[in-house]
Amino acid sequence: MKDVEMKMLERAKALLESGEVARVIGWKKGDFCFDPAPASFETVEELDNFVYDYFCGANLSKYLIQMSKKEGKTAVFLKPCDTYSFNQLVKEHRIKRENVYVIAVECMAKLDIEKIKAKGISMVESVEVVGKEVKVTSAYGVETLYKPDVVLTKCATCTKTHQVKDEEIILHERPARDVDRFEEVAKLEAMTADERFAFWREQLSKCIRCNACRNVCPACSCVKCVFDNPASGIAAKANDDKFEEQLFHVIRAFHVAGRCTDCGECSRVCPQNIPLHLLNRKFIKDIDNLYGEYQAGETDEGKTPLTSYTEGDAEPNDVMNGEAK
Amino acid sequence: MQEVTTEKKEFTPNIVAFCCNWCSYAGADLAGSSRLTYPANVKIIRVPCSCRVNPMFILKAFQQGADGVILCGCHPGDCHYVTGNYYTRRRMSLLFSFLSYMGIEKERTRVEWVSAAEGARFSAVMNDFVKTVTELGENKRLTDLRIKEGK
Repeated sequence: MKDVEMKMLERAKALLESGEVARVIGWKKGDFCFDPAPASFETVEELDNFVYDYFCGANLSKYLIQMSKKEGKTAVFLKPCDTYSFNQLVKEHRIKRENVYVIAVECMAKLDIEKIKAKGISMVESVEVVGKEVKVTSAYGVETLYKPDVVLTKCATCTKTHQVKDEEIILHERPARDVDRFEEVAKLEAMTADERFAFWREQLSKCIRCNACRNVCPACSCVKCVFDNPASGIAAKANDDKFEEQLFHVIRAFHVAGRCTDCGECSRVCPQNIPLHLLNRKFIKDIDNLYGEYQAGETDEGKTPLTSYTEGDAEPNDVMNGEAK
Repeated sequence: MQEVTTEKKEFTPNIVAFCCNWCSYAGADLAGSSRLTYPANVKIIRVPCSCRVNPMFILKAFQQGADGVILCGCHPGDCHYVTGNYYTRRRMSLLFSFLSYMGIEKERTRVEWVSAAEGARFSAVMNDFVKTVTELGENKRLTDLRIKEGK
């Protein structure tokens, strides 16, 4: 990963020095090794803080809504999953494509610090990844973890590839994988209604209504959000009754249905570790089953499943009774 | 002094029916003028087209104490606005399937196509839906607790 970072830094410097771009969007070092944050670099000096490592899981596409409207070109580093969000935003006319220079970077699955902490390791000082082994150095010594156990949830079932690039920095081949991202959704579907209700009530009652999932979501880019309306019925922000959280999450999932690229940012940022991606994946699974396979963000044109129809679509009552194909 | 009754009240569900102005609402009218009965606890809300129904409307109805929500529109192909109910069909298929995934009884939500000439069908659909929801009992999962307490 170090070699990739060097190459990225080199390119960022060259682009800024030549004046080809006015700014570069990437990640800057945080207070700890595990909290790099998205940042915009406008001068070569600022690049001293540039970083790209196994904790750079954040999706940079949404920042381009603002940045692509500024003067001058913006260069951005996009991982495979980010490029889907990018395409989707271009399709919705939220990003000015001509103002963006996309540099595709390899990903190799990012690590989840929460999962490392859950293994009982605290005060992490540095992390080194060799193959499938993660060597974590903390104040209490060195421990070796199995990488698939500690990657971000969104990376665990990822088979995405770059959908858009102006140039690429890919130094390592990623091994092909065979994973089913709908496994957990199918498990929930197989439960009884009571079990499902109990599962979601337990999960969603943890929600503190911080709106992090909405704010990070590249599909949630409305200038004025329905949830900012105090009369929306979800704005009390008190978790004293169980329904507000559900209403919020049902409507949010519905609003991004057909546009959600399954980038998994919602689950990554949730401070309460609610598996929000399972909501979006249910919609994706239903859309795939009922209206044909569809991956949002594969192209930057065309209609989404919910803005189109065919005359022979399944009837809602058949869908509910499981009679639709 | 008021007598305390221990007798259990029979459950009559609150049903909200979203009816499109051009077909189903006229269907309800025809049911009335044809002297066909449907339960009085069906509260009809007239909408310009079935696709006017925002998923939020349905959830808010449940939140405010509805025990069942039914959405009625023109038959696919007969929409006054040509294509409105095709979008409704996709949206509601996904929304209701999703609510079932969240553990909400799927019998509480329904989509039916009722034309302006189908007064008898309107009455039959409503009778059947009310019967189903009555058997299912009170909606506990979706109601805002504060609403129930105030009842």
